Amino acid sequence: MNSIPSDSAGIIEPQKFHFDKPLNLTSGRILPCFDLIVETYGELNAAKSNAILICHALSGDHHAAGYHSLEDKKAGWWDACIGPGKAIDTNLFYIVSLNNLGGCGGSTGPTSINPETGRHYGPNFPIVTVKDWVTSQVMLMEKLKIIKWAAVVGGSLGGMQVLQWSISFPERLHSAICIAGAPKLSAQNIAFNEVARQSITSDPEFFEGHYLERNTAPKKGLTLARMVGHITYLSDSAMRSKFGKTVNDCEKEGDNFGRDLKSGELSFGFDADFQVESYLHYQGERFSENFDANTYLLMTKALDYFDPSIDYDDNLSEAFSESNCKFLLISFSTDWRFPPERSREIVNDLLKANKEVTYLEIEADQGHDAFLLPVPRYIEALSSYLNHIHTEVVKNAS
Amino acid sequence: MRPDLEIIQNWIEPESHVLDLGCGNGALLDFLKGSKNVTGIGLEIDPKDIRSCIEKGVSVIEQNLDESLSNFQNNSFDTVLLAQTLQALNRPDHLIDEMLRIGKKGIVTFPNFGNWKSRTHLATKGRMPISEFMPHQWYETPNIHFCTVNDFDALCVSKNIRVLARTVVDSKHQGSWAMKFWPNLFGETAIYHLARN
Repeated sequence: MNSIPSDSAGIIEPQKFHFDKPLNLTSGRILPCFDLIVETYGELNAAKSNAILICHALSGDHHAAGYHSLEDKKAGWWDACIGPGKAIDTNLFYIVSLNNLGGCGGSTGPTSINPETGRHYGPNFPIVTVKDWVTSQVMLMEKLKIIKWAAVVGGSLGGMQVLQWSISFPERLHSAICIAGAPKLSAQNIAFNEVARQSITSDPEFFEGHYLERNTAPKKGLTLARMVGHITYLSDSAMRSKFGKTVNDCEKEGDNFGRDLKSGELSFGFDADFQVESYLHYQGERFSENFDANTYLLMTKALDYFDPSIDYDDNLSEAFSESNCKFLLISFSTDWRFPPERSREIVNDLLKANKEVTYLEIEADQGHDAFLLPVPRYIEALSSYLNHIHTEVVKNAS
Repeated sequence: MRPDLEIIQNWIEPESHVLDLGCGNGALLDFLKGSKNVTGIGLEIDPKDIRSCIEKGVSVIEQNLDESLSNFQNNSFDTVLLAQTLQALNRPDHLIDEMLRIGKKGIVTFPNFGNWKSRTHLATKGRMPISEFMPHQWYETPNIHFCTVNDFDALCVSKNIRVLARTVVDSKHQGSWAMKFWPNLFGETAIYHLARN
């Protein structure tokens, strides 16, 4: 890269925060101390009223926007939305993005050294939940001396953290923005996660999770886990257009099945014949080189366990009864991982609880992944909503 | 503000909770929020209108009125509004029932097809009326259920709905003595304030 694009958050240096206070986890276990790695974009105003928290999804981390160096080929995972003049505008807001506990991006997790044993936590790292993450995020908030977030924003598993914030710490956020979320996983969602976990744990290189001590990693298993996950992030139509010849105007879109071959002919063997196969292999392998398998297991469990209604007799609207923020929910038409109906469940329970809620169902071809992409109507809505939030919390307050 | 909305706002209590069905660009809810400290939510399906609502800070839910409103609780709003949308619904009668289930009171406005201009158009030309007010051809109009003031009165009677107030206005949204005496003939927009009996 020769230069940084003008709408980029720029070159970002992550910071590490250390926490000495023990964290009591939902599981009953205690994490005596931990680190969180954090990136921030934009400037915190004097009143500290313009801060936004970004919550990441399954495979995300603190690097949401900008670049770490000029050598970086790719920007942060949510660069489509975060930057100067973008939907989450660094000219208006101070944006905080962290790697969650149990992650492998630099916060304390399975790849960290357990101070009690001097060895990697590995599989002994406690299972953390969305609630635990939010508790650790409040501790970070206190370290940053922020009293109230202007918004807490996240997609997918990130959206679940947003919901948990509104339930656990109603006074600490002005608005909650939950994109492509769900109130809890369905059996189908859990089933896909279990396939992913079995792929990892049945890899001979897994060694019950102690692979780091043996200088190896269950890369094949993690590749498979990512492949199956990746399929659930895409829509049928997105895959057809990605892996099929461009449809001419005169051809019907339904004529494209996305069956382009890798080389010109069938191999009559069991290797990859179609482009979709080699694409999935490539994506899975790249992922397995950069992500920790124990973290993947833990993140999928955090997804499976998320159900904020459980403390309220399975009544989600009751869970929201103390919430004191406004809500924005956005879903995408072709998302079959967390389809629009799942967001509508949340909307309906918020209505039942008499909360201020705005909901948009965006027509988009890209499936669950749409929340990471510059889908125009989505970006415009997010941008308009946050501009108004800025007026409410910054301009009107001064 | 659109003058039918001007009249409507007089019927809305300060600090009340309002559901605006087909809220358009959110102008009324925005006005009520500012002038009467009303809390409210709009339902809309037009993406451009939804964006205008968001820009104003008006809470809006993307939801089609022709599908169920069962996600709204009984008696959960003080007033449910339906402004200039009745005639575009699949089953206006069902929606009126829903409005008075969800809200303590309802406000409905619609273009009065019994207006003399429509009658004259049909009588002299023998064709469906087209005017500045109703600009669509019969085959492409979103307005599939036109009715007259008398029709709506009859519907209220058959449903045992109490009409708290009824007013009609012309295209300049002014009332006149003629409209007062012959609303179905001279009124262009009908405005009803409804409650359950």
